[in-house]
Amino acid sequence: MSVLGKLDWSAIPIDQPIPLAAGGGAIALMLAALGWVTVKGHWPYLWREWITSVDHKRIGVMYVVLALAMLVRGFIDAIMMRTHQALTVGGGSGYLPPEHFNQIFSAHGTIMIFFGAMPFMVGLMNFVVPLQLGVRDVAFPRLNSTAFWLTASGALLVNLSLVLGEFARTGWLPYAPLSERSYSPGVGVDYYLWAVQIGGVGTLMAGINIVTTIVKTRAPGMGYLRMPMFCWTALCASMLIVAAFPILTATLTMLTLDRYLGFHFFTNAAGGSPMMFVNLIWAWGHPEVYILILPAFGVFSEVIATFSGKPLFGYRSMVAATLFITVVSFMVWLHHFFTMGAGANVNAAFGIATSIIAVGTGVKIYNWLFTMYGGRLRFPTPMLWSLGFLFTFIIGGMTGVLLAVPAADFILHNSLFLVAHFHNVIVSGTVFGAIAGYTFWFPKAFGFTLDERWGKRAFWLSLAGFVIVFGALYIAGLEGMTRRLQHVAVAQWGPLLYVSVAGVAVMIAGVAAQITQLVVSIRRRDALRDDTGDPWEGRSLEWATPSPPPAFNFATLPEVGGEEPYWRIKERAIASQQERSASDYEPITMPRRSATGFVTAFFATVIGFAMVWQIWWLAALGLVCAYGAFVAFAWRDENEDTFSAEEVARIERARRGAAA
Amino acid sequence: MSAAEAQEDPYVLGRGRGGADAAGEGRGGDDARPSGRGEGGPAPKRTVVGYGFWIYLLSDIILFAGFFAAYAVLSGDLAGGPGPQELFEQRRLALETAALLISSFTCGLAGIAAGRGAMLRTQGWLLVTGLLGAVFLGLEVQEFATLVAEGAGPQRSAFLSAFFALVGLHGLHIAAGLLWAGTMMAQLAVKGFRPAIERRLMCFALFWHALDIVWVGIFTVVYLLGLAG
Repeated sequence: MSVLGKLDWSAIPIDQPIPLAAGGGAIALMLAALGWVTVKGHWPYLWREWITSVDHKRIGVMYVVLALAMLVRGFIDAIMMRTHQALTVGGGSGYLPPEHFNQIFSAHGTIMIFFGAMPFMVGLMNFVVPLQLGVRDVAFPRLNSTAFWLTASGALLVNLSLVLGEFARTGWLPYAPLSERSYSPGVGVDYYLWAVQIGGVGTLMAGINIVTTIVKTRAPGMGYLRMPMFCWTALCASMLIVAAFPILTATLTMLTLDRYLGFHFFTNAAGGSPMMFVNLIWAWGHPEVYILILPAFGVFSEVIATFSGKPLFGYRSMVAATLFITVVSFMVWLHHFFTMGAGANVNAAFGIATSIIAVGTGVKIYNWLFTMYGGRLRFPTPMLWSLGFLFTFIIGGMTGVLLAVPAADFILHNSLFLVAHFHNVIVSGTVFGAIAGYTFWFPKAFGFTLDERWGKRAFWLSLAGFVIVFGALYIAGLEGMTRRLQHVAVAQWGPLLYVSVAGVAVMIAGVAAQITQLVVSIRRRDALRDDTGDPWEGRSLEWATPSPPPAFNFATLPEVGGEEPYWRIKERAIASQQERSASDYEPITMPRRSATGFVTAFFATVIGFAMVWQIWWLAALGLVCAYGAFVAFAWRDENEDTFSAEEVARIERARRGAAA
Repeated sequence: MSAAEAQEDPYVLGRGRGGADAAGEGRGGDDARPSGRGEGGPAPKRTVVGYGFWIYLLSDIILFAGFFAAYAVLSGDLAGGPGPQELFEQRRLALETAALLISSFTCGLAGIAAGRGAMLRTQGWLLVTGLLGAVFLGLEVQEFATLVAEGAGPQRSAFLSAFFALVGLHGLHIAAGLLWAGTMMAQLAVKGFRPAIERRLMCFALFWHALDIVWVGIFTVVYLLGLAG
């Protein structure tokens, strides 16, 4: 074996035009971006203010930027799959050879879940939770930065597989024994394993951080039952991360041991148990879908309450429903493989548990409806996304209850009906929630609102496209079309596939409108400027501080006297016809920026890459350097900066002054 | 629910303790008095760090739980190879367990010494803890080497795969703990007792005790049940 392990010139897919062109394009785009930054001399700024930042708001924004880029990347995969399938109806051969098609559906799922939806949710939690709790930072700012950069490192490794080697062909969950070395000898599954492991460690760190932040560092008076709903859902999603991600880590470690060292966890030979892989991966995988959806539920709760001009209806029942979902999400994993043959009683138990978990979500749906009932409704873009969610998510939820019936599942298993179902809940739940949160909190992050006209266009186009695409796929599934078909041999599925391609075209227009919205808003930022810090008549504490908030969030920590504290502050101010009195400012200590996260993630990327290509010396070197960096960072004496009381007062006056 | 009841119940639907506030009754300065319902404001740094580390330990224990589950599933799948009774050696097991349990005790002594600011004693007990950990690790490596030499390596059967992975994962944690303890000792020697270093010592102690608990699980599930047949 050479000094570069398995890596040689054949790793570059010269003979495959599509990945080569895509990879080349991505590299050209990145080089262009890096060149632009270099020419403009933005590196010192980027390094100081973003890359080494430990400010939870900056990290949250970087998470969302990463997630938006990865959502677009995964969307391109989806476009290729839909168009390719439509082209193969009636004997056509399409444009994707089977091994490439398999990589695309694997990469689509992996990227969308691990590097699109999850970072989006973690980013929103990062940005919003400390502001809503009325505190200055998360519990562990440097850990937070490390968590983000590890996620970015995982995303980088996945995308590297585009130009060096190949990606997994095993689906977004690499079922054994297909994913074992004997059936998948290439580096594809290895890329998957190391990328997801590194990203997963990052996610676990983020989860620990958010749980600790919410449980231990709330503003004075912010009792558990005064927390905004989004904090509750963030807490529950983070608890799920802490409880579920180690299972993923364990499972993928076992598969790694099988592939690299010849262990027999999931092999067919020597007593290995492939079904154990499926059980273990879904013991993580089902809580994972609630990790994705719960924060989105939180976003909808905030948005609907704000734009109804009312407190959230049934706050405590909402908390109870969230906790109920959190617990029960660990008791339904077997419904992902009713066809395994666990027996009628086991299937019935899991089928019932699955139907019951829908009750928690039903409680939430009614609470949102009653929040709107009798409210003074407004319909800006975040509210539209929330309403779109309410309408479409109910359909997704009900098809889920259908699939929860084991007898029905035996017929619908692995069909496009299933594919339509989980896209129906993940897209209209998580993605709509993500975009709702993005448009809702964008003005808080940047001090200007997003363009409403383009936002509404993006919403209606995305909604229409989404309904067309997956409506057609639901029907195709009911007509018996299975998922992941590289070649469609049944001609009568053709019309449905053409309809779904038309839907994809509408969705492309929606995504384009979404991107246009950002560009137009940045150009018109002076007209869209929000000096009040409260563009939506908000109810929770994040709106009590200027936009964008100062590094320390709140010049004086708010005292919380009940639910919806900012609404109270405003009501009191109106009642007494006085803004709050000038405060006595105190010095504020904030953590100093640190390269810990970036350096750690750099070495993690090196180790991951070296392990994929079996360059053992490089992996060992990466490990030693990582330890060295760890000690060096632990050795520093000063890692905090203090704003003096005068500085705080000056910053606060300058920002408040802008509002006056 | 009557208005009077609503007054008594601070968490009545949609209204917090300050429910009267919205009705324009105004609030006194007693809003923020601690109610025992988590309204006391941010916790001190030491509590936050300790709590966060506990959460990490819980996640680590779930990681072990995954490997325990795999071991439980695969422990009967010998694939015609040797089983626990032919492989496990009680004498080495007793030594390993004794070394690790005593090291937990000395780790506790190091914590007490650190609490009193006694540098020499803290370093001494940390050293003893590390040495006992190294003894444990050495015995485990010896066991693994013996098994592999007997042809009972992890590639032999699913049972042995699960055994090596579970026990090896614990060993890997011990090795990481040794590296951590060594680094801490150097840092303590150079910088002395500082709040940040004291917090790290506290986390190390939690980590080390947690590994002890995991070992008790391994001792019972893998070795005792295995030897009992």
